[in-house]
Amino acid sequence: MENRHKILILDDDSDWLALCRELLEALPSRPEVFTANNAKRALALLETEKVRLLISDLKMPRIDGLQMLSIVRRRFPELRTVVLSGLEDEEYRSRAYALGVDLFWLKPEMQRNSKLFTECLESLLGHADRDADAGFRGIQSKSLMDIIQMECLSRTSTALRITRGPLVAKLWIHEGELIDAECEGARGEVAFQRLLAWKTGTFENLPAEPNRERTINKPVNALLLESAQTLDEAAQPSTEPESLESALHRKTMWKLAQLTREGAEFVVAAPMGTADDPEALGTQNVAALAQWAQRATEIARRLSDRLEAGPLSHIAGQGVERQVVMLARTNRAFLVGWPAESTENLPEKSRKLVASWES
Amino acid sequence: MGILKRIFAGSHAAVQQLPAGTVTVDRQGNIVTSTVSAAYPGNLLHSLGRDVLELFREARTAQMPLSEVSLHFGSLRITARELRGGAIIFLFPQTALFSTPTPARP
Repeated sequence: MENRHKILILDDDSDWLALCRELLEALPSRPEVFTANNAKRALALLETEKVRLLISDLKMPRIDGLQMLSIVRRRFPELRTVVLSGLEDEEYRSRAYALGVDLFWLKPEMQRNSKLFTECLESLLGHADRDADAGFRGIQSKSLMDIIQMECLSRTSTALRITRGPLVAKLWIHEGELIDAECEGARGEVAFQRLLAWKTGTFENLPAEPNRERTINKPVNALLLESAQTLDEAAQPSTEPESLESALHRKTMWKLAQLTREGAEFVVAAPMGTADDPEALGTQNVAALAQWAQRATEIARRLSDRLEAGPLSHIAGQGVERQVVMLARTNRAFLVGWPAESTENLPEKSRKLVASWES
Repeated sequence: MGILKRIFAGSHAAVQQLPAGTVTVDRQGNIVTSTVSAAYPGNLLHSLGRDVLELFREARTAQMPLSEVSLHFGSLRITARELRGGAIIFLFPQTALFSTPTPARP
C-alpha cells in the first residue's frame, strides 16, 4: 500500500471533483486521490503530500489554473500535470503546453472517452516501484517513424500534430493509412519527408478527420523506407570534406536568405552568461543591441521571479523607426528587428526565424 | 479538524496574486497614480517602474529608441508606454478569468 501513487485534483466544482475521484479511484493502480477546490489548498496539499500527478482545471476564482501551473512547475518540477478544462479555445491548450503540462484534455472529450483518459493517466503515473521518470514521457525517446508505424499498425484513424518549437506539422491517418501531411508550408509526400527529418518534438493525437482530402497514395512503409534511405545518405560523411570557410559562408548565406524571406531587418544573437561574441546579420550596431538584449533578459527574469508571472515568452518593442521582438533562450537572447509598419504576428514570425537560425 | 489544521498551517502555501491595473511612474520611477489593488505590495510596483524605465533608457543608449515595450510572461503581460516625464504601465494578468485587451496605439 505504501507504493500507491497520489493524485491531486484541483477544480472549483465540487460535483466534478466527486465524479473525478470516483473515476480515478477505480484505476487499476488504485491511486490515493486528494481533491482541492482552490489553488491555495492544492498548494498546501502539495507541500505536505508526495503527490505524483496534479489534474487541474483552468477557470477558477482568484488563482486560476495557468497561474497554478506556472507556480507548481517552479516549486515541484517532478510533479506531472494534466489540464482538464472546459475551455475549448486553442490558445489555452498552447499556453498550457507552453507551461510544461504533460496532457491537456477537454472535459466533454474526457466524458466521451473516459477509458482513453484513464489509460493516459495510468501511463503518466507509471509504475510505483520503478524510477520516477518511467512512463509516458518515455514515448518521446521513440523516433517519429516508430510513432507513425505504431499508429498505422493499430489501424486507427487520427490526426497527429507534431510540434517542434514554433514549427507545427500535421499528419492525417485514416484506418491505418497515411492520407495527408502538412509541414513547413508543404503538403503531401514532400511534407512527410520534411517532417521525418525532424529529430525532436512532441506530438498530440487529435480527433480523426475522415473527410480530409487524400494527397498521399503510397503505402506508409514505402515512404518510411525512402525517408530512411535519404536520411542515411545525408548522414554519410562526404568523401571530399568541405572547407570551414566554405561551410561558414554557406551557413551565413542561408541565414541571410531566411532573414530576407521573412521580411526582418536584422537578427542579433547575444550570448548569455558567456564571453562569446554576439552574432548578427543586417545591422552594424551589434554590440549595443546585444547589450540591450542581455539587459532586457536580466530585467525580465528578475520581474518574472518577483511578480511570480511565469516564464518569459517574449518582449516586444515599438519605436518610430522599427519594431523589435526579443526571445530569450537558455544560452542566448535573440533580438529580431522588423519594419515599423509590419502588422503581422511578429512574435510568431520571430520564433520561426530563430528556430531555423538555431537549427 | 486537527488533521486539517496541521495540513493547512504554516506559511509555505502563500500565493501572491497577480497585479492588475495601471500604474503611472515619474522619471525617477516613483509611483504617481495607480489603479492596482492597494493590497498589492508597493515595493514590487516601485521596482517594476524602475525596471521599465531602465528598459527605455537602455534602448535609447543602444540607438534603438522605443516608445512602447511589452513583456509577455506565462501569466502576466506588462505593457509600458514612455511618457515625457516617466511611463504608464498596464498590467494584464494572462489568465482564464481576465480578458487581455490591447491598448489602442496613440
